[in-house]
Amino acid sequence: MLKKLITKTLATASAFSIMVASAHAACTNDVWNKVMERGKVVVGVKADYKPWGFRDASGAIVGMEIDIAQAMADAMGVELETVAVQSSNRMQFLEQGKTDMFIATMSDREDRRKIVGITSPPYYTSGTNIMAPKALGFKSWEDLRGKDVCGKQGAFYNQVVTNRYGVNVVAFTGNAEAKQALRDKKCVAWVYDDSSIGSDLASGEFDQFEMPLASEDDNPWGLAVPIAERDCVFGNFMSGLIFNMHQTGQLIELEKKWGIQPTKYLVDQKDKYADWLAK
Amino acid sequence: MLEAFTEFFRQMAEEYPRWNFIFFYDERQWNRIVSGMKYTLILSVACVIFSVIIGVVGAWLQGSSNAWVRRSVQGYIQFFRNTPPFVQLLFFYFALGQFTPTILGDDGWTEYPIISNVGWAIISLSFFAGAFNVEIFRSGIEAVPESTREAASSLGFSRLQTYTEVVLPLAFRVSLPALNNNLVNLVKTTTQAIGIAVPELLYESVGIWNDFPSAQYPTMLLLFVAFILLVGILVYGMHRWERAMKIPGYGN
Repeated sequence: MLKKLITKTLATASAFSIMVASAHAACTNDVWNKVMERGKVVVGVKADYKPWGFRDASGAIVGMEIDIAQAMADAMGVELETVAVQSSNRMQFLEQGKTDMFIATMSDREDRRKIVGITSPPYYTSGTNIMAPKALGFKSWEDLRGKDVCGKQGAFYNQVVTNRYGVNVVAFTGNAEAKQALRDKKCVAWVYDDSSIGSDLASGEFDQFEMPLASEDDNPWGLAVPIAERDCVFGNFMSGLIFNMHQTGQLIELEKKWGIQPTKYLVDQKDKYADWLAK
Repeated sequence: MLEAFTEFFRQMAEEYPRWNFIFFYDERQWNRIVSGMKYTLILSVACVIFSVIIGVVGAWLQGSSNAWVRRSVQGYIQFFRNTPPFVQLLFFYFALGQFTPTILGDDGWTEYPIISNVGWAIISLSFFAGAFNVEIFRSGIEAVPESTREAASSLGFSRLQTYTEVVLPLAFRVSLPALNNNLVNLVKTTTQAIGIAVPELLYESVGIWNDFPSAQYPTMLLLFVAFILLVGILVYGMHRWERAMKIPGYGN
């Protein structure tokens, strides 16, 4: 009885491993085909990250990433449905098939590539910086050594600045709590994406604060398709779409449309991918 | 031996990308777990002690002859028992934290509140569990027969003496099983301190699986194991205590 059970388990396990191995070998394009049949693509986006993905006065999710998603749906000839995701569940939603792909301010990190299919080239990039009171006059990252700095749970650079500059990161679960702690003077700065801090400062709600340091760890943002389809139709299609959006300057236009501080990265990419006949 | 142990988990992470037990071979991650465990222990021990004290005192005040004292104890119970502990934590730390005196930092800008986030977590969680403990001790006190109380006062015991020398020792034994349950819940509720950035075990675990998504499931497993052990020790201690205090013919 027991022997039978063991043999059965082993057989199932080996059949499963063959299945996993072959999934990488041949493209079945399951998700892509499903999207085409259904006539609708379900995209995970942020709903609390102005101006990349946020809710407008009517409650609809809008933003730069939603515009990219719309451009994608238009090119595929299908309808777009957005699903609000968080940093802590965006990859899980994709794995479980709750979304077909996501564009959700995710930094492209090695560890994440093992779990979802992040395509190249990246559509945006941001670095790490701090928002600090002008009164403290920080000049370099070294000035922060041993000090309490507010952060957000889930940001990869919390660990980076801790290890590199001996900063004591006090990480909150939400941006609102962290920024409130900074206003309450419980920490000397708020460490986050430079682009997000830039739009906070531009909002006029943080007049006594500044972004004084040179941004570090410029990290590309990656959109992701199911990992099994990264080298298949879906992944290749996304690579091509983003390439074209760089080449035609569409991404730079979107940046302007949403009032994001112009990034050198997008300009560089436009030059890099420039059509040689168009010169 | 240790080498083989770490090598096994390193190998496992290579082969199964979702099962990266990183804290078993990366010293830095292990240290985060250890430091998180330290804060969880501090919170648990402090909150257990303070909440039991609040329970004992509260149950005594409930029997006060002054109506206003009884009413305020009732108000305290209603507030802390009937609202979510997570909201209590946020409110204590952010809203009440505004009114506590602060110490100006060396830089002339930072204001360090005299009660830190760890302090607020201990205060708010103790009050939360304490509200339940008051009711738990009340049930024990009500189980002590009126005749026993009358016998004590006829022997010349004051109200306080009757409470500490006669009623409480008996009531305590009756209350222990229910108290046990509440304290187990309290230890698990300490994870909510993540909301005000107390670097306890859940905070550090979330940090690890955000830095290494491949370590998410293993870190969750570790959390389960850590709390099973922690609560196991608490329950074992409480049972030992229960047995040591056993008196024939009274409770268990």
